[in-house]
Amino acid sequence: MSDAAPVPAAASILEVRGVGKRFGGLVALSGVSFSIREGEIYGLIGPNGAGKTTLFNVLTGIYPKDEGEILFRGDPLRNPSPDRVATLGIARTFQNIRLFANLSAVENVMIGRHVRTRAGVFGAVLRTPATRAEERAIEKRAHELLEYVGIADRGNELAKHLSYGDQRRLEIARALATDPRLLALDEPAAGMNATEKVELRALLDSIRKDGVTLLIIEHDVRLVMGLCDRVLVLDYGRNIAEGVPKAIQKDPRVIEAYLGTGHATPPG
Amino acid sequence: MKTPARVWIGFALIGVCLAALPFALAYYGTAWVRIANFAVLYVLLALGLNIVVGFAGLLDLGYIAFYAVGAYVYALLASPHFNIHLPFWVILPIGALVAAFFGILLGAPTLKLRGDYLAIVTLGFGEIIRIFLNNLSRPVNITNGPQGITRIDPFHLGAFDFSSRDNLLGLELSGPIKYYFLLVAITLGVIVVNIRLQNSRIGRAWEAIREDEIAARAMGINTRNLKLLAFAMGASFGGLAGGMFSAMQGFISPESFVLVESIMVVAMVVLGGMGNIWGVVLGAILLSFVPEILRYTVGADVQARLFGRSLIDPEVIRMLLFGLAMVVMMLFRPAGILPSAVRKRELTRPTE
Repeated sequence: MSDAAPVPAAASILEVRGVGKRFGGLVALSGVSFSIREGEIYGLIGPNGAGKTTLFNVLTGIYPKDEGEILFRGDPLRNPSPDRVATLGIARTFQNIRLFANLSAVENVMIGRHVRTRAGVFGAVLRTPATRAEERAIEKRAHELLEYVGIADRGNELAKHLSYGDQRRLEIARALATDPRLLALDEPAAGMNATEKVELRALLDSIRKDGVTLLIIEHDVRLVMGLCDRVLVLDYGRNIAEGVPKAIQKDPRVIEAYLGTGHATPPG
Repeated sequence: MKTPARVWIGFALIGVCLAALPFALAYYGTAWVRIANFAVLYVLLALGLNIVVGFAGLLDLGYIAFYAVGAYVYALLASPHFNIHLPFWVILPIGALVAAFFGILLGAPTLKLRGDYLAIVTLGFGEIIRIFLNNLSRPVNITNGPQGITRIDPFHLGAFDFSSRDNLLGLELSGPIKYYFLLVAITLGVIVVNIRLQNSRIGRAWEAIREDEIAARAMGINTRNLKLLAFAMGASFGGLAGGMFSAMQGFISPESFVLVESIMVVAMVVLGGMGNIWGVVLGAILLSFVPEILRYTVGADVQARLFGRSLIDPEVIRMLLFGLAMVVMMLFRPAGILPSAVRKRELTRPTE
């Protein structure tokens, strides 16, 4: 590796090159390539079973990839463990919400701070001043993040007792607690009503303004088109189109993937 | 976060009761003091297991193996068997460390296992340790096999011997009473360690692993290290208890470390309330005392008074009643006598 490796223009935060993933005989992903620029909101769409969540799981280290290369901020990710990925600065949410259901909302967010804090067994047992200061900082940050996503008044409720929309917000707060550079959201608007979607959009916009790059899987076409700077379309594990939302909406391959051949009207 | 005065008064009252207890029990016979000592020993074991089962959610059915390791470490380093006689305050930490090492030894190959699969592997591990202890007498005699190790040194600090009778400030201190105070002191220390661990970054990471391992990893928690840490911490408390047991008994053999003992400790944790430190303490005390109390209350003389003769062997009826109590308990309070804070919070509304 030479240090003269060319840095791509418009600094890309995530670079995916020819990634493939098979489950036995099933090819879930094949030759998927794209690159996300620092500070943009990047959409990932495609019909059910297109491989979107599989791609998320490969990116976040839950599945090892079978082929291809992933570079995060210029450094290759060689099938790292999920906790390593989080340490490097990629946080995620899950399609089927995976909160720590029996813990309170604020505890969920506090756990998100784990990766950016240090206290070990001895610090915890001896309650050193450093540990106590850290604990206070963790709690303060957790409350700030709950406030940020708009569920400050729900802090003491168990995660499983929150409404669906609030659970999605809590998952975002928990992911933000890890101080990510790239936040990957798997269907953040699923199950939300119209008002909640508007609020979610405002939240995602402000997260981007705060300097976090966003990668979003979403089925709500209006939301994707309104929010994302660029969109990648997956079908049968391959990328079939990439571009700004306007162009994607008119792309015949995309229309075909969603509606089958012989349709002329764009989706949404 | 100021501690209110009534809490301190409460602590003081508990302290007085704990201090007076052995003398009250000694009035009924030293046997009861010994029973109390075993109860405290079981509290120690249950607290250790609670870290693994209650905090990290890893079901361990071979926990008694660590108790055995601690007991044998003490026995080998303080008995005529190898003619080594180290002081107890040197051996207890060694025993805890060796047990922690065995905890990691058990934890490492089982990292990917959960629930019933983990339970079976740990159960096997417990048996392996016991069988080793039974057979490590040839070709080199390490454990002395089924005969066990005898004449293990009691604890002593200078001239203060924990096994002999002393008079201190007009109070008669028998051996078991001295051990009682040492045990209670160590157990209080372990309780503090447990409470502080639970309310820490490490404790929260364990809770996260228990709740959802995949989400925990996605949050950057190194589940491998934290699980090993749970196994090691839990095992070290077991090892500590084992060393105390060895010294108190003066004799150990593999027979003391059978599967039923592991099951008993798991029962204490579950009955008391998995994950709740005070629940676990209560569970251990109840399960140690109740069978002993039953031994006297449903004994032959009571039956003779009721039915004119002894119908059922007291030993049998004792365990029968005990089992029945456990079943009833689990039916009506499945989360334990004192459910963990997590479950308790479910029942109370936030007051904000």
